[in-house]
Formats: sequence, structure tokens, C-alpha cells
Amino acid sequence: MGSYVPSTAAEQREMLRAIGCGGFRDLYRDVPQSMYLDHPLEIPSGMSELEGSRVMTAMAAKNKVFSTILRGAGAYDHYIPSIVKSIPAKEEFLTAYTPYQAEMSQGLLQSIFEYQTMICELTGMDVSNASVYDGATAAAEAAAMCRDRKRRVTLVSSAAHPDTINTIRTYCYGTGDEMRLVPVKDGKTDLDALKNMLTADTASFYVQQPNFNGLFEDAEALGEAVHSAGAMYIMGCNPIALAIMKTPRDCGADVAVGEGQPLGIPVSYGGPYLGFMAAVSKYMRKLPGRIVGETVDSRGARAFVLSLQAREQHIRREKAGSNICSNQALCALTAGVYMAAMGPRGMADAARQSMAKAHYLAAELCKIPGISMKYSGGYFDEFVVEMPKADEALRALEDAGILGGLVIDGGVLWCATEKVSKAEMDRTAAIVKEVCAG
Amino acid sequence: MKLIFEKSVPGRKLSLLPPCDVDPAAMPAGLERESAPALPELSESDLARHYTELNRSVHGVNCGFYPLGSCTMKYNPRMDEEMAALPGFTRIHPLAPAEATEGCREVLETAKKYLCEISGMDDMTFQPAAGAHGEFTGVLLIKQYHDARNDQKRTKIIVPDSAHGTNPATAAMCGYQVVNIASADNGCVDLKALKAVLGDDTAGLMLTNPNTVGIFDENILEITRLVHEAGGLCYYDGANLNAIMGVVRPGDMGFDCIHMNLHKTFATPHGGGGPGAGAVGCKAFLSDFLPQSALMDGGEHFQVRSFAGNFLVVVKALAYLLTLGREGVPEAAQNAVLNANYLMRKIQGTFAPAFDRTCMHEFVLDLGAFKKETGVSALDVAKSLIDCGMHPPTMYFPLIVHEALMLEPTETESRETLDWAADVFRHLFTLAHEDPEFMHNAPHNAQIGRPDEVRAARKPVLRWKKDG
Repeated sequence: MGSYVPSTAAEQREMLRAIGCGGFRDLYRDVPQSMYLDHPLEIPSGMSELEGSRVMTAMAAKNKVFSTILRGAGAYDHYIPSIVKSIPAKEEFLTAYTPYQAEMSQGLLQSIFEYQTMICELTGMDVSNASVYDGATAAAEAAAMCRDRKRRVTLVSSAAHPDTINTIRTYCYGTGDEMRLVPVKDGKTDLDALKNMLTADTASFYVQQPNFNGLFEDAEALGEAVHSAGAMYIMGCNPIALAIMKTPRDCGADVAVGEGQPLGIPVSYGGPYLGFMAAVSKYMRKLPGRIVGETVDSRGARAFVLSLQAREQHIRREKAGSNICSNQALCALTAGVYMAAMGPRGMADAARQSMAKAHYLAAELCKIPGISMKYSGGYFDEFVVEMPKADEALRALEDAGILGGLVIDGGVLWCATEKVSKAEMDRTAAIVKEVCAG
Repeated sequence: MKLIFEKSVPGRKLSLLPPCDVDPAAMPAGLERESAPALPELSESDLARHYTELNRSVHGVNCGFYPLGSCTMKYNPRMDEEMAALPGFTRIHPLAPAEATEGCREVLETAKKYLCEISGMDDMTFQPAAGAHGEFTGVLLIKQYHDARNDQKRTKIIVPDSAHGTNPATAAMCGYQVVNIASADNGCVDLKALKAVLGDDTAGLMLTNPNTVGIFDENILEITRLVHEAGGLCYYDGANLNAIMGVVRPGDMGFDCIHMNLHKTFATPHGGGGPGAGAVGCKAFLSDFLPQSALMDGGEHFQVRSFAGNFLVVVKALAYLLTLGREGVPEAAQNAVLNANYLMRKIQGTFAPAFDRTCMHEFVLDLGAFKKETGVSALDVAKSLIDCGMHPPTMYFPLIVHEALMLEPTETESRETLDWAADVFRHLFTLAHEDPEFMHNAPHNAQIGRPDEVRAARKPVLRWKKDG
């Protein structure tokens, strides 16, 4: 059996003796006899490291690793620089807890302060928190922070990610508030419908940019409508697109959130990912979660601390705006290293290449008879096509080591990032053509 | 330490991407970003040095003793990290077809089976990303249960005053009114106080057992029976599961649902604040209410985040469970309890325990009388521990002990470390009587002196700006 207990059996006996116990059972004297487990757990016997790693490696081997990934829908296969993998694996960053003791955690606190600054730069906002769980919870938390006594209804674009919509709906169910879906027209949020739905009890409207169909929303016009009704405007943005796309700040958003996974975090069957969350300064004290601030120490030198804690659950308890405690700190560190490694030009290059490749792939697919774009609007690195024999084509791609687009309502949602080469896309189009023309 | 932005030199970069091999695509008019984000520009060596410098001023479990009560700062096995870094896990898209994700589902199914056995539950979800997120999920199970029965009168959740802040905050997020009940003199649930608030408006009770003062509540069966009798459900906060895993099960105590902190009890690293994983288990009658993913599972089901949760954290926890197995799980719990009692005994005669009796995996020191005598506070002691190379215990929690230090050594500390820690506490106890001023000004050898938190809150500086 494996164990990480350093004490030998002899040491354990001596320690038990030192505290006046005859055996381990004595330590559990408060546990009623009737519930004390008198039989071993029904799980396998412990293993050595070699055996355990064999079992885990065998499980990993049952998954299929695709050499080409042309699927996004909330999880994006961007290139991850080597240094972005090595830095978060450093043992001190990895094994520390939340930096409650600033004097022993300056490196961690500074890395979060730097991350917050980078998120502010990317979104154009004034203040960022230290992270929440993922893009869906960031949207749900943003919707919660926008509600007040009078304005309780959250409007959400139907063109947002289905998991995000469901998560916002669930958080609204918790507090007994209502979420209403704004319909879609030509793959994008229907502005006229939104205008009709905005009422005096609307707290906020959430839109995803680019949206689940890959399309750019007319974010400024949506924002103007929301503000003219006195509600708050939340934008969920793809952080890679933000390197070249108009910022949520410039689109009038009050709160900017998003899924930070594209910033150097592997797709990993869905997690851990990163929820980023930033706001204009007016809402600084309404943001949930940890926030790091700069101050000075007793000697007058620059120092960093967990700040504005009066917002949080350990102080405010049931009056806190959120219950969040643990967040995704190591993923935020990863994203920080990624943004620093890419720099402003590297981020823009990744964004432009992803967009260029998606447009190339779309053009190649649409050369195949029977395949056409479902929507006419501008898009970033994802797009929907209508195609015959989609399931068959996708299976043929899978056999060739290519994970193709995702079948969604009314079409197939494809994604291309800077990682995909022209040759891989040509091969993809050739296989699809063979199936669809056959 | 300079900020990364202060090290930036325009034009520096890494060589990461090849030139684009297809024609560029233009952003639609009016959607172009106006100016580039002011991200830092560095060489790869600049970057490596910067983060290594930051990493050096972080105290992790691998640096030394970290008895942060309630946080279970045990050793994080390297093998678990290696397993979670396998491309067969990291490169799997959550929406890949079922036949390509068999291994991922086996990880989740196996971890579920083992953790259900350990907790005495019938079903489980890994969607919640952290402990508090698990609490939210668990209390929403309770809410859905009452709603499904059209039992609308249950508007209250009972929380003992010794609870973590996340408990009342969670109940509020689920739309419940929080009823705080005072603890008995022994730190446990006061049965009279509980009975007084139970009624047909009780939705449920949230409880940690062992509780936050490190004591196993011997009345637990009576507590859960009373709540059930009133028509409420019982939620187990798994923050302190490390004391009892493999010894006694929350399911056998009468709890209906539970969260487990995989990042505490099951040895996955905390990463400076996360990611964790708050696996939520429940009895069969609550199964239908467990969350799902709209995209992975279809439909408009209850859901607390995207996809299947912090999957790689579950991979690490499963690797840990395979290593420990049926013998190692209770062995870890028993040694966690042994280490806590051993350290408490070794400190005896100096700082007083809040409850002088056998503890579970953690214990609370009450420095109230000590502070009156010496003027030295729990905060001063904590800051002095930093000078000695020890991460301070949890301070000023639970709230029912006013000058509290809460110590949780965990099972992965050796006897030498515990002996050393006891010596450090003895030394500080003596020092407080000889030179309290020195302790008021601690730490003396840390990277910074005490930070001015009031200034940080009054004049918030939450990001770097070029011109200050």
C-alpha cells in the first residue's frame, strides 16, 4: 500500500503513548460506536507509485488524442508556449494556499496584481478580481452583482454559450430571480426584441462576443439600448479576440467577463479553466472574490495584500454578495504568464492567425457542393455551416485523427486557431468532400 | 521586487508562432481595437527570472510547516501532478465524441465510486469547482427537493455560529434566510438551541463534523434525526473530512448531501488559492437534482458551471486514492488526528487550548488570557511565527473563540517537525513575557514588514499604471 505518512509504526506508538492513548481507537472516543466503520472500505488495496501510475496511464490511453482540433464551443486549442507550462508547476506557487499572510506571500500577491492589470488592459476596464471558477460562473456572478432591490430580472442573449445560459439560470433560481432569454435573428441577438424586453425591473443584459455561433455582435448598439433603459451591460468576451477586437469598455460594458481558458490553459476535458471578471471603477466594491491591492509596509516599502475584504464571505457572512472563497489562482497565474509571454504583438498575432485560418477553412468547406455558411455576419475563429452527411463526415475525420466541428442545432460549428496549418485544413476539406460528394 | 511592467522593454519578445500560411481576414469595420493592450514585452529569459523571483517569495507546503487550520495543507504527491499532465488527459476536448473520451469518463466514474464509499453517499457530481461552490450545489439540491414536493414554506437554513463564512453566504445565495444558532460551551451544537429553531419552515442544516474547533460532535445522530423529524435535510460541509475518512462516514451520521474538498482531503495542491474541486455527493433520493452540462448532456438541467468541472483535479485525487487504497485512507486520517493531539500536548503549559480535551485533526488555541497578561495578540504571535519560518495557523477563526489560533498539522508532518513547532511556540510564549514590543513589531526577517491594510482599503490601488 502507498502512504505519505512519514511516521514509522514505532514512532506512531511512541506518539500515542505520549498523549496517553493505547491506540488509534482512543482518539475517536467521541464517535458513537454504532457508526464507527468496523469493516474496511470497499475500495482497492493501496498501490505503489509504479502500479498507480500504470493504472492512471492506462485510463489516459483509453482517450483518443486528436492531432488536429477544429472544435471550440467553449474550449479552445491554442498554442501553449513551453514557459507557460513550466512556471505554474513551480512547487511554491503550486503548493501555497490563498495568500492570507502577506509577509510570506509577496510573490503570489504580486503575480495576482500583475494578472489583474493585464485583464484590465485586455478588457479596457478599471478593476479586475483575482479570478472566479470559469466563464459561465463569471457571467452568473456578474448578473448577481448587477441586481439590486428594484431591478431583479436578468436578460441573456440566446446566442450565448448554452452552459453559460444554464449556469446563469441556476444562479437566478438560487436567489429566486428571473432570467429571460433574448431571441436571436440571423444568428445574432435580436436588437429590437431586446429593446422590447428591457423594463424598469431589468437589472442587466448579458451578451457573448463573439457569440456561440462565432458571430460578432453589434455590441455597441446593444449596450446603448441597455443603458437607455437604465440597466447594466455585461459582456462575455473571448480573451484572444480582445487582442484585436474593440474592448468591452469601448462598447459601453459595465462588467466584462469571460472564459480565460484560451490564455495558455489546456482543454483538459473541461477544466480547470479560468473565469475572468473586470468592471468599471464605480462597481469596484461590488465585484465578488479576491482582489489584490498595493499598499506600503511598516517600513514604507511597496507591498501587496488581499484587499477590500469587507465584501467577502468570511467578513460579511450571509450579507456577502457571493460565497466564493477558493478561486482558480494557478490558472490566473498561467494566464498571466501566457499574456506576458505573448506580449501585445504575440496576442494580436494569435488572434489574427486564428481569424485568418477560420476564414480559410470556411472558404474551403464552402467550395464543396452542398455546404454553405449558415449566417452571413462577420465572425472571428468559429463559424456555422450547413452540410449534408455531417455525422458521417465527422466520423471520417476522426478516423484520420482530426476532431471536426460540433453538430449543433441547424448546422456544424467549426473552429480554427493559429495552431492549425493550411495543410491540415486542406486535408480536412478533402476528407469532408469525399464523404459529402460520395 | 520590480513589477513585470517595470521590466518591459519595447520590442522584446519570444519566438513562438510561425508566419501565417493563409491570407489574412479583416476585422469588420468599427470592430477593430483602437490601441493595443499595454501587456509587458520581455525576452524568455527575462520572463523566467521574473517568475522565479516571485516564486522565491512564496511559502508553499514544500517550503516548510503550514499548519493553516481548516485548510488541510498536506503534502501534494508529485506523481499525481505527473498523471494530470498526461496528454491523454490535457488534450481531450470536453465535447469530443464519447468513444474518444472513454478514459475521462472512467476517471470520473472510478473517483465517484471510491468517494461515494468513503462518504457513504449514493451518487456524486464533480461539476462544482471549489468547496464553497460545492456548498452552493448541495444547498440547491435541498432547495430543489422541497420545490419538487411543492413544499414552499421551508425558507430557513440553520447554521451554527462556529461555521465557516461560506455556509451562511451559501444559504443566502440559495435564497434562504440564515438562522444562526449559538454553540454549546463545549463548542458543539447546542441541542436545546437547535430544537428551539426547528420547525416546518426549516429547509435544512449545514454542519461541519468534526466542527471548526476540531471536535467530533457526539450528538450527531440526534442532530440529524431532529432535523429530519422537522422535515429538513442535512448538509455536510466536508472541510474537515480529513479527520475521519475511512473511520466514520457522513452518510452514516445521517447527512443527505455533502461536499468534499478534493484540494484538501485528497491532496491536490491549492495553487495559491485554487483550482480546487468541490465534489458533491448525495443520497439516492436527491440524484435527479444533480447538475449537468447543457452541451455535454443536453437540456435545460440545473448547472453550476460549464462542462464536467475541474477534471484534472479529479485525476490527481484519483491517483492519490489509488495510492492510499483501503488501508491508507484511514491511516491518513488517524495520523492527522494523532499529529494534532501530539502537537497540542507538546504545547501544553504555554498557550491554552480553547477546549482541553482530545481533538480531531485540528485544535484551537485561545490566547484571550495570554493577551490580557502580556499584551501580545494572536496576530503578534502569528507574525512572529513567520520570523521562525513557519506559516501561521488560521487566525481569529472560528468566531466563537475571540483570540484564536487554529492549528492543523496534517498527517504528512513528521514527529521532528511537530517537536520543532512545539519548541517554536514555547519560545514565543516566553518571548512574549520578556519582550512583547519585539512581537508587536514582528515580522522582522520577512520580505516585508506588516502591510498597511487600512490604506489598501481606503485608497485602493488594484492595478499598475504607467504613470503611477
